[in-house]
Amino acid sequence: MFNLPASMGLTDILSLAIAAILVNNYILVQFLGCCSFFGVSKKTDTAVGMGMAVIFVMAIASAASWAVQYFILDPLGLGYMQTIAFILVIATLVQFVEMFMKKAMPSLYSALGIFLPLITTNCAVLGAAKTNIDNGNSFIGSVVYGVAAGIGYLLAIVLFASIRERMDATIKCPKCFEGFPIVLVSAALLAMSFMGFSGLSIPW
Amino acid sequence: MDFNNVIAAAAVLFVMGIVFAILLGVAAKVFAVEVDERVPRVRECLPGANCGGCGFPGCDGLAAAIVDGSAPVNGCPVGGAETAAKIAEVMGVEVGATERVVAHVFCNGGCNAVDKTKYEGLQDCNAAARVAGGPKACSYGCMGLGSCVKACEFDALHIVNGVAKVDPDKCVACGQCVSTCPKKLIELIPASKKVHVNCVNRDKGPDVIKVCSNGCIGCKMCEKTCKFDSIHVVNGVAKIDYDKCTNCKMCTKVCPKNCIEPIPTDEEKAKFKEMQAKQAAAAKAKAEAAKAAQ
Repeated sequence: MFNLPASMGLTDILSLAIAAILVNNYILVQFLGCCSFFGVSKKTDTAVGMGMAVIFVMAIASAASWAVQYFILDPLGLGYMQTIAFILVIATLVQFVEMFMKKAMPSLYSALGIFLPLITTNCAVLGAAKTNIDNGNSFIGSVVYGVAAGIGYLLAIVLFASIRERMDATIKCPKCFEGFPIVLVSAALLAMSFMGFSGLSIPW
Repeated sequence: MDFNNVIAAAAVLFVMGIVFAILLGVAAKVFAVEVDERVPRVRECLPGANCGGCGFPGCDGLAAAIVDGSAPVNGCPVGGAETAAKIAEVMGVEVGATERVVAHVFCNGGCNAVDKTKYEGLQDCNAAARVAGGPKACSYGCMGLGSCVKACEFDALHIVNGVAKVDPDKCVACGQCVSTCPKKLIELIPASKKVHVNCVNRDKGPDVIKVCSNGCIGCKMCEKTCKFDSIHVVNGVAKIDYDKCTNCKMCTKVCPKNCIEPIPTDEEKAKFKEMQAKQAAAAKAKAEAAKAAQ
């Protein structure tokens, strides 16, 4: 009844994960999720919190949107409603998880809680969900891809936050570059350095 | 045109929406965390700057602490008496009156202080202080690199003539600068007090003169002049007892190094000297008259 994608081997999943973390890094290569990337990268510890929250949300969003695509939309022939349905599902799921966390895991909630509403319909999260469907990933592959994309986000935002912290303390930049302009310039340089990974062929 | 598709799409979304709404509604009931209803009300009274000046993680943290009794109702140094009164109303208790305090930087050196080295490292006081005690020859004073300025969330601190200065109108006494300063030069003092000794150098007079044209040499002129017993030279530097100080500004006028704020003009100083001389002459004349009468 359901037309599910073929299951994936371990090497496929591994190469998928490495590609998502480095080669197709969500922020620095695909330029998705930039708003939170610039917004929450002032301090390294908040950046870590944000990165963790993104990993978490991307994983559950990938799983949920996979199920919605193959068990609801495809059988009804409504594959083109992906985007709007995913927004709905992800937003609901994050809300639900937030409530559940507050009740059952208060310590985790106090660590991640403030970041959750920020990324409910972050484009990186939505992008990961959609890429899974476009690539025809299996369920396990989707979840791994979601986690890996989140790790890529964490890597990028923590690197960038450390650069910004260091920059704020050391560099006296020209007046016209102060504040956001210099942040954009440094983000561009960081993105260029990530271009080096595009030569990485997977599997080796 | 096939309208069935449109209807199916709309229907699916509608059903999904309804299902999710019910799910969330149930979840909100099932996973509801019991919060004391006073917490959001106390939270509303707080300024919401999340500065952490109270020592709790943000205003939410303080509100929770106030309600469960681990923080006093006047725990917010930023909001001051007004906020405390509002919170006290919510909590149903009386507040003790609190006097507004502001931060003050106890250094007046800056450009008057001699540089020991030329420092070109990390532009941060805490980093600079680790390199042989900082670039200034005076090891007690402000280095003017502005870590406190960066720490201040309220734009109340600025580097003026190479030394940090607090704008008392903007200062909310959150204490961020106090804990940042590696030289421990910043203290919270009552806002009504206007006279401050802007030096903490405990070295002997001649040594102070070598490193700063504006430092306290411990000459005790201020101590002798004060009529309220409020200024004393302790460990080689004058210190004001703010409980006794009446803002009369006598000490500022006798200080030979101009290190007591507000710094008087030369004219004021001359006038004060004249007055002092007159008083001394009058006292002498009186004493002589008394002697003659005997």
